[in-house]
Amino acid sequence: MFSNMIIGRYMPGDSWIHRLDARTKLVLSIAFIFVVFFANNVIGYALAGAFTLLAIMMTGLGVGVFLRGLRPLVLLMLITTLLQLFFVQTGDVLVHWAFIKITTDGVINSVIVFVRFMLIIMFSTILTLTTQPLAVADGMESLLKPFKKFGLPVSELALMLSIALRFVPTLMDEAQSIMNAQRARGVRFNEGSLMARIKSFVPLLIPLFVNAIKRAIELGDAMEARGYRGGDQRTKYRVLTWHTRDTIAIIGFVIFTVALIATRWIM
Amino acid sequence: MTPIISLSHVTYAYPNSDVPALRDLSLTINKGEWVAIIGHNGSGKSTFAKLLNYLLAPDEGEITVNDVVATEENMWTIRDMVGMVFQNPDNQFVGATVADDVAFGMENRGVPRDEMITRVDAALEEVQMMPFADREPARLSGGQKQRVAIASVLALQPKILILDEATAMLDPTGRREMIALVHELKAHMGDDLTVISITHDIDEAASADRVMVINDGELVETGLPAEVFANADQLRRFGLAVPFAEQLKEQLRLRGIEVPNEYLTTEGLVTWLWQSISTK
Ligand SMILES: Nc1ncnc2c1ncn2[C@@H]1O[C@H](COP(=O)(O)OP(=O)(O)O)[C@@H](O)[C@H]1O
Ligand SMILES: [Mg+2]
Repeated sequence: MFSNMIIGRYMPGDSWIHRLDARTKLVLSIAFIFVVFFANNVIGYALAGAFTLLAIMMTGLGVGVFLRGLRPLVLLMLITTLLQLFFVQTGDVLVHWAFIKITTDGVINSVIVFVRFMLIIMFSTILTLTTQPLAVADGMESLLKPFKKFGLPVSELALMLSIALRFVPTLMDEAQSIMNAQRARGVRFNEGSLMARIKSFVPLLIPLFVNAIKRAIELGDAMEARGYRGGDQRTKYRVLTWHTRDTIAIIGFVIFTVALIATRWIM
Repeated sequence: MTPIISLSHVTYAYPNSDVPALRDLSLTINKGEWVAIIGHNGSGKSTFAKLLNYLLAPDEGEITVNDVVATEENMWTIRDMVGMVFQNPDNQFVGATVADDVAFGMENRGVPRDEMITRVDAALEEVQMMPFADREPARLSGGQKQRVAIASVLALQPKILILDEATAMLDPTGRREMIALVHELKAHMGDDLTVISITHDIDEAASADRVMVINDGELVETGLPAEVFANADQLRRFGLAVPFAEQLKEQLRLRGIEVPNEYLTTEGLVTWLWQSISTK
């Protein structure tokens, strides 16, 4: 039950996209969120969609995986879209029933928001599906390095993130065995009203928290025993290496951006 | 014999507790020695281990490790010399993969990357975990994780290896393999490695050069494993398990059978039994 809670879990592979540097994928995913807003007509959105689809095809994971990645976000997407539909009141009125007024602008806006949302989620999913979480953490550390000057504890944050990632499977296993132990004592986890379900998680969460704190204390001792003291004198075992393919990916993205801006003048 | 660790009148109480966890502890451990520490749960063994690594600072008394006095200024020097492996395999695995975990201690010390790579490989070779270098901890057995923990310590080239119930959470095979591994390391590092092993495993303790018994924060007995384990009454008094062979000897004695006084392992007793039967 826990496996489907993670949005876009890393899927091992050896595609060109998999092998891209985490920094490249991070920067491009963030850039994409802004670049999508250059699209202002059908051609623009078609181009952005085609580019996203191309990138998805290149991961070799199949479109299905990406669509499944959307599932947990469907509700959020629907709410946002409906908000547009009901609250944009300009344009010709299509439906007017009691206090509900749907207009052409509302429909257009909600379609646009929906498409943008889809594209951004799909594109970000490429990052999470093809990059090991640890590599993402390394990439973030490397990209945030300039902020060290302003007192942001970048290395510490990165270490925290990598330890958190490292403990995800451990805590999942633990949650599973606590659940089994509680089930054996007659606790039912997925039955009854919403309240009852939430309540049934209390006997799971308390031992889980207590153990997590115990683990954290022991881990702290183990880290200190091995000479951890934070700070800048630390060296790094794991390094990121920039390849020609990363430069190519960036150039490709820049070309896409320029083309997308150009579509604004086509129609 | 040169002492590598010496404690004189060391007392330590946890900040939130009135009773000291260790009281007036004085002892020496020699370079190259293998010392087993036994004692019931809560007797202060882990506290002792943590004092040796300056994870805790003594309230009173003085601790010297390889001629360096354990003080705040010297704590990093001390931690360079004293490596620790703890009980829970999961809660001491810091790195995302085996290789990363072994590198962690060297990263902390600012070891240049090229040197790190050679030392990670050498340490993994030593514990036969080289084929698992890229594995994540979730895909390792408890025994394998503990071997990685040993490799992480070895990569730092310590003089003293402390095992704090490091085999307690392993299955019998994992436990045997781990003890065999430490024996191997000891065999080829000789006097350059001093081992302090805190354990409930009688076989593990019996293979040490010396056994120390800690009871309620005090050092109550130190001697050869054979001497300590042959004294069943005393072991019981300190809340410790009596080795199977000793229990059997007691029962035989009760039935008027003469048994040797010295400590025998289970195998030793079996040999003695069939020999005495066949010579009758
Ligand atoms: N962090 C702590 N805070 C307060 N008391 C502690 C702490 N850790 C251990 N103790 C107490 O100190 C005593 C010795 O504990 P410990 O050294 O862990 O024993 P052992 O390792 O022999 O089982 C016990 O009575 C224990 O309850
Ligand atoms: Mg202990």
